[in-house]
Amino acid sequence: MNDKNIMESHMGTTAIKISARDVQVYYGDNHAIKDVSIDIEDKTVTAFIGPSGCGKSTFLRCLNRMNDTIDICKVTGSIRIDDEDIYDRRVDPVQLRAKVGMVFQKPNPFPKSIYDNVAYGPRIHGLAQNKADLDDIVERALRRGAIWNEVKDRLQSPGIGLSGGQQQRLCIARAVATEPEVLLMDEPCSALDPIATAQVEELIDELRQSFSVVIVTHSMQQAARVSQKTAFFHLGNMVEYGETGQIFTTPQDPRTESYITGRIG
Amino acid sequence: MTDAIQKPEKKKSSLLQLDARTRTRNAAEKRFKAYGMIAIAFGLLMLSILVFNIVTRGAGAYQQTFIALEVELLAGKLDKKGNRDLDDIKKVSTFGYTPLLSNALEAKVIELGIETDLKAKKMVGILSKSAAAQVRDYVLNNPNKIGETIGFEFLASSRVDGYLKGRVSRDSIGNDKNISPAQLDLVDALKAEGCLAKRFNMSFITGSDASDARPEAAGMGTSMIGSFFMMLVVLVLALPIGVAASIYLEEFAPKNWITDIIEVNISNLAAVPSIVFGILGLAVFINYMHLPNSAPLVGGLVLTLMTLPTIIISTRASLKAVPPSIRDAALGVGASKMQSVFHHVLPLAAPGILTGTIIGLAQALGETAPLLLIGMVGFIASNPPDSIATGLLSPNSAMPAQIYEWAKRADPAFYERAWGGIIILLVFLVTMNTIAVILRRRFERRW
Ligand SMILES: Nc1ncnc2c1ncn2[C@@H]1O[C@H](COP(=O)(O)OP(=O)(O)O)[C@@H](O)[C@H]1O
Ligand SMILES: [Mg+2]
Repeated sequence: MNDKNIMESHMGTTAIKISARDVQVYYGDNHAIKDVSIDIEDKTVTAFIGPSGCGKSTFLRCLNRMNDTIDICKVTGSIRIDDEDIYDRRVDPVQLRAKVGMVFQKPNPFPKSIYDNVAYGPRIHGLAQNKADLDDIVERALRRGAIWNEVKDRLQSPGIGLSGGQQQRLCIARAVATEPEVLLMDEPCSALDPIATAQVEELIDELRQSFSVVIVTHSMQQAARVSQKTAFFHLGNMVEYGETGQIFTTPQDPRTESYITGRIG
Repeated sequence: MTDAIQKPEKKKSSLLQLDARTRTRNAAEKRFKAYGMIAIAFGLLMLSILVFNIVTRGAGAYQQTFIALEVELLAGKLDKKGNRDLDDIKKVSTFGYTPLLSNALEAKVIELGIETDLKAKKMVGILSKSAAAQVRDYVLNNPNKIGETIGFEFLASSRVDGYLKGRVSRDSIGNDKNISPAQLDLVDALKAEGCLAKRFNMSFITGSDASDARPEAAGMGTSMIGSFFMMLVVLVLALPIGVAASIYLEEFAPKNWITDIIEVNISNLAAVPSIVFGILGLAVFINYMHLPNSAPLVGGLVLTLMTLPTIIISTRASLKAVPPSIRDAALGVGASKMQSVFHHVLPLAAPGILTGTIIGLAQALGETAPLLLIGMVGFIASNPPDSIATGLLSPNSAMPAQIYEWAKRADPAFYERAWGGIIILLVFLVTMNTIAVILRRRFERRW
């Protein structure tokens, strides 16, 4: 396949962060992810696109083992982060999730103050020695979430009182506060208006400096705007994976082409 | 073609005129609203009849007739040896005090110039049988007052009280051994002089049950304490057990046939008649574990069994109502399952849990049937318990059991007290349910 060349051409600048091989996911009898193998690079934004129900979220949730919380969900194959198998029996998913942060489709701040929302992760992971430390962490996270200026005067007011876009940036700040290495985002802009979407997209581009970002989106424009690499999923298969520009201009697979030109989806 | 002919002409319709379809629809809606309002009005009517009945019948229990007398504590009768030795004074039983009362009453009659044919001995009949005990208690507490004349306020006997409240009339006492027309004349005269009057009776709320002959002295206080201790047991046991069970079932337990069976059984338990729990309590707690009869501890244990399903069901419902996105959010930042439950889910579910608990407690508070079987209904005249241990272990009644007991007794004076007791019970229940509603309103959907 052509992917390989592209990947190799990229290897010089970036390292592989996540490497998945032959991943299968079953919800009971429903075979939701079929044979997916993918290498996700560090300090890169990787977009998962595809028609709804094709398994993008399911695969994303495999990467921080959020699927463990679904009783009927079964995952096989191997997923390695920094060459460590995250489905190894010795791995505690809780520790994994501190390393692989997640932002959800619908903004879901805790019904607590803005400060406590961000401080919660660092608190439970013991990242701060004292109050001043914690204040620093919270401020840094909120700045990285590009929301500091809007909330710095009301850190103690409830996170739910913010607008949808602010809430989502708060959730991003909350996710980065625990200093993860990978940031997973499941359609982070689907509940946002265009202006808020633009802000979040800008933010994603900045986050790329420090993290490997994986973003699920059903908007191809968004994928084109924010990502360097794109994977196209269809009916549980990963059909095509490559440089974003190449996927959108010269797709190799007819299914990708149909999707991009709007014939499926 | 026929088609063309039959095709109905599209009539030009005006928005200002209702068409037939809209009219029937509107009529149906109006009818439905009317049914609803009739139903509500009927409910309100029944409720107001109920409340009116309870209040009119029960209000009497909060007023009691008192007679003010000055009693001379004759040293010759109370302390024959004259050495003020408490043990000697104690030897004088309440019978020894009766002459003091008749003397006091007679003196009063003479002082006020009331004409009566009654002998002093008969006059005492208008006083409660508890009057002598009241004087005796006073003397035992203040032996140094012997020899002095002390003013007392005595309860009037229940017949006299009934006479003032209109429950007893001269016609109705034809063959009543406890009261005679002459005594009623005396009562009228004393009332006119102002030393016999009806006033608010605190001891109905604070006092203990009294024997059949002294309905005027009976009060709810001790059975309220019994109820209180039972509720304490229920709260201390049912809340933690119920909440822990619900959290485990809802958040941790795998969903399989075992948990399904448990779930079905909990729902069934909630529907089990309370008397079944009573007989279970009798068999297990009293006959097998030999816990004391009639003890609030046992009552509390039985009511705990009864309340647990209610608490579990409402707790699970409020845990379910916490949106999964909150759990995801917590897990997403690397919280453990337990951290996500205790830091985020439980605080959000707390108002619902509290509401369910209060409603469960209110149910338990009004429950009578199981108490029948463990001996908490009956004349359990007792003084209020003096410590938590006796509160839990010494025989006591409970509010609804006390009400049932009074309603069962023949004397209409007790009947009035039963209604009065219902008022207290209802005040408790309404208060608890109001708190539950307020909590629910205040904390509803904070996310
Ligand atoms: N919690 C779940 N339980 C059972 N089936 C699920 C669950 N989540 C997703 N699925 C199934 O897995 C498939 C992929 O879903 P998903 O990953 O959500 O798709 P996408 O995010 O691409 O829209 C769908 O067929 C969906 O019905
Ligand atoms: Mg999805």
